[in-house]
Amino acid sequence: MRLALRPYVLIVPALLLTCGILYPFGLGLYYTLFDFSASKPQPDMVRFENYQTVFTQDAFWNSAWVTVLYAVGAAAAETFLGVAVALLLHRSSIVGRVLEKILILPLMIAPVIAAIIWKLMLQPSVGVINYLLKPVGLGDVQWTDTPTGALLSSIAVDVWVYTPFVAILALAGLRSLPTSPFEAAAVDGASWWYTFRRLTLPMLWPYVLVAVIFRFMDSLKVFDIIYALTEGGPGDSTVVLQIRAYLEAIRFQRYSFGISYTIVLWAVVYLAAMVLVRHLGKIQRKAAEVAPK
Amino acid sequence: MDTHAHDRRRFLALGAALAAAPVLSACGAGFGGDDDKGDGSAADDVTGSFDWKREQGTTVKALLNKHPYTDALIADLKAFTERTGIKVEYDVFPEDNYFDKLTVDLSSGRASYDVFMLGAYMVWQYGPPGWLEDLGPWMRNSAATGAEWDQADFFPNLLQADQWSLKAGAPLGQGGQYALPWGWETNVVAYNTEVFRKLGLRPAETFDELREIAGVIKDKAPGAGFDGMYGIAVRGSRSWATIHPGFMTMYARNGLHDFTVSGEKLTPAMNTPEAVAFTEDWAGMVKQGGPPSWTSYTWYQCSSDLGAKKAGMLFDADTAAYFQAVKGASPASGKIAFHPGPKGPDGSLATNMWIWSLGMNARSKKKSASWLFLQWATGKDHLRRSAITHSHIDPVRKSVADDAAYKDKMKSLPGFIETFETVVDQTKIQFTPQAQFFDATTSWAAALQEIYGGKNAESVLNGLAGDLADKVD
Repeated sequence: MRLALRPYVLIVPALLLTCGILYPFGLGLYYTLFDFSASKPQPDMVRFENYQTVFTQDAFWNSAWVTVLYAVGAAAAETFLGVAVALLLHRSSIVGRVLEKILILPLMIAPVIAAIIWKLMLQPSVGVINYLLKPVGLGDVQWTDTPTGALLSSIAVDVWVYTPFVAILALAGLRSLPTSPFEAAAVDGASWWYTFRRLTLPMLWPYVLVAVIFRFMDSLKVFDIIYALTEGGPGDSTVVLQIRAYLEAIRFQRYSFGISYTIVLWAVVYLAAMVLVRHLGKIQRKAAEVAPK
Repeated sequence: MDTHAHDRRRFLALGAALAAAPVLSACGAGFGGDDDKGDGSAADDVTGSFDWKREQGTTVKALLNKHPYTDALIADLKAFTERTGIKVEYDVFPEDNYFDKLTVDLSSGRASYDVFMLGAYMVWQYGPPGWLEDLGPWMRNSAATGAEWDQADFFPNLLQADQWSLKAGAPLGQGGQYALPWGWETNVVAYNTEVFRKLGLRPAETFDELREIAGVIKDKAPGAGFDGMYGIAVRGSRSWATIHPGFMTMYARNGLHDFTVSGEKLTPAMNTPEAVAFTEDWAGMVKQGGPPSWTSYTWYQCSSDLGAKKAGMLFDADTAAYFQAVKGASPASGKIAFHPGPKGPDGSLATNMWIWSLGMNARSKKKSASWLFLQWATGKDHLRRSAITHSHIDPVRKSVADDAAYKDKMKSLPGFIETFETVVDQTKIQFTPQAQFFDATTSWAAALQEIYGGKNAESVLNGLAGDLADKVD
């Protein structure tokens, strides 16, 4: 192969991959401009009417609010717990190594299965959670029967499944930190809290933020956990944007309208990711300043 | 813009688009393909005398829902193949995924399944886009349909339930026959005779009595040796399936309607003062005597709670109780009795029903063979065998319901036959046929959950009616 052609040939797979992503996406965007549904199989162009309808619906704003609450709640809890677990496991010991292996188990379960298992455990009359809580007088909790309870229960399942993911990333970060600043801090007699605040956390942040970006974006797109646990109820209290899109497109067969929901969701995820990735750059620069040259 | 350019075929590409939006990927294969749809019915191509062997050597593909009726069908398929020389391949899916699978498959425009199970409500969704074969011409063609099939033997309300003109609000029993009744369910009250005897209770004749009895059982049954028992099991999940059994039955017995129809205009009627009062009472009954975690309750939980002696009563499909009542099926076996349930204020026993029907894909390439299969599956021989040797109960055919062997089998269940015979003529679809049925009833279930959660019934139902008015317009 001629040397001049080689770069062009090498770029072909990436080009194909890009087209494979962009073409269907663009087409999806295009079809939101129509009113395609099962009852209207020969669609008319309606331009931005679907988006207009989406944004003027109370149902959309309710779903958007629930989605944000869920994503923020889940990502925050997972970050806090994940970092805490990583710090505990960082001290190398036999127990720590065994716990590391156990920690990864929830990640090996499909989220929908985890939700079903938790649904059974949270069942008020036969579930194990209320059984365990009985001795402290909390044996009659209707976990998913109230709007707040349903949302918190869904977040709890998400936290159960994905905290290990954050913990593993944070643990990997902790193990890759340079040892010399910590040794110097120990010689100077710095407290654990001071060392953690001034050294560990600033240097660990880039790793944690990567986990946050993944978890926040994933939580914005949640479907399986909530649908298996509450089906979006009670009322509309846990109908996140993905569930709304599914109901519109699949159950109620308003295809264009359902895709409009997913496009709006994509825009939200894209913007959130952009902000977080920019922030990641800043954090990485700050971490580099703390780390020894 | 030339809208003709955007025909369904071009929307095939939508499948690829949905790859970017994973939740919709199930729509994936596109939504078109009516290329084989001619003006006349394929039934007209069948001529000569009727012959079961006409399509010998053909294979028909069926999509089935996991159900005892399906088990009975599969167990008997050998008899069909022996009679016709037609092989049946089938896929069975659990009910949670079944209708999504069927909807996506039909909307794709493929003919991957020739025949499938569906409910009569699905005719309202699948009929208007032209996905269902009109079976009327097949039924009327004596070359395609054997004389022994005997259309007059079906309970007329069941056959009518699958017949519709595809116009919103138009009554059932007119227009195309888009499916055939195969197995059905009427909604009645089943109760635990043991707890009723111990607490000195009798089946409720009015809705007020039902609410009271539900509360009494919840309060007193645990102290009478029925640990953890509550009063009445009814569905509560955020799904259309919550509305159609007990709730819609009692709603109809109170003379209430989902919509009022004036010409072609549908007006939601779930927020009339009478409907609001009834809905409040229903939610009150669930609070007073219903299951814990009611908002997640599907028929599986309701049915198994009755069988596990967790529920004193069940207001749902008679089959849901039957599967727990038969000998050895559950701890409550032998202690479950059947009753038509409370009457309406005017004595009405209007009952809503669910029909497992069989339909044919309008895009099937094997319509003649598929029709032979449908004819056999809804025929007297198979249905009689299924009812007597399996759990295919609630016969769609009068001859099976009157069969001595069937009656002999069912008489061990107290009140089953009496209840069936009392309500059979008053059981029909109590909903107004319209394409937005699933949206309307899912939203209705969500509204019911909100009222159960303490929200004001009138404002919730006004909101529901307002939302639905635009959608069904």
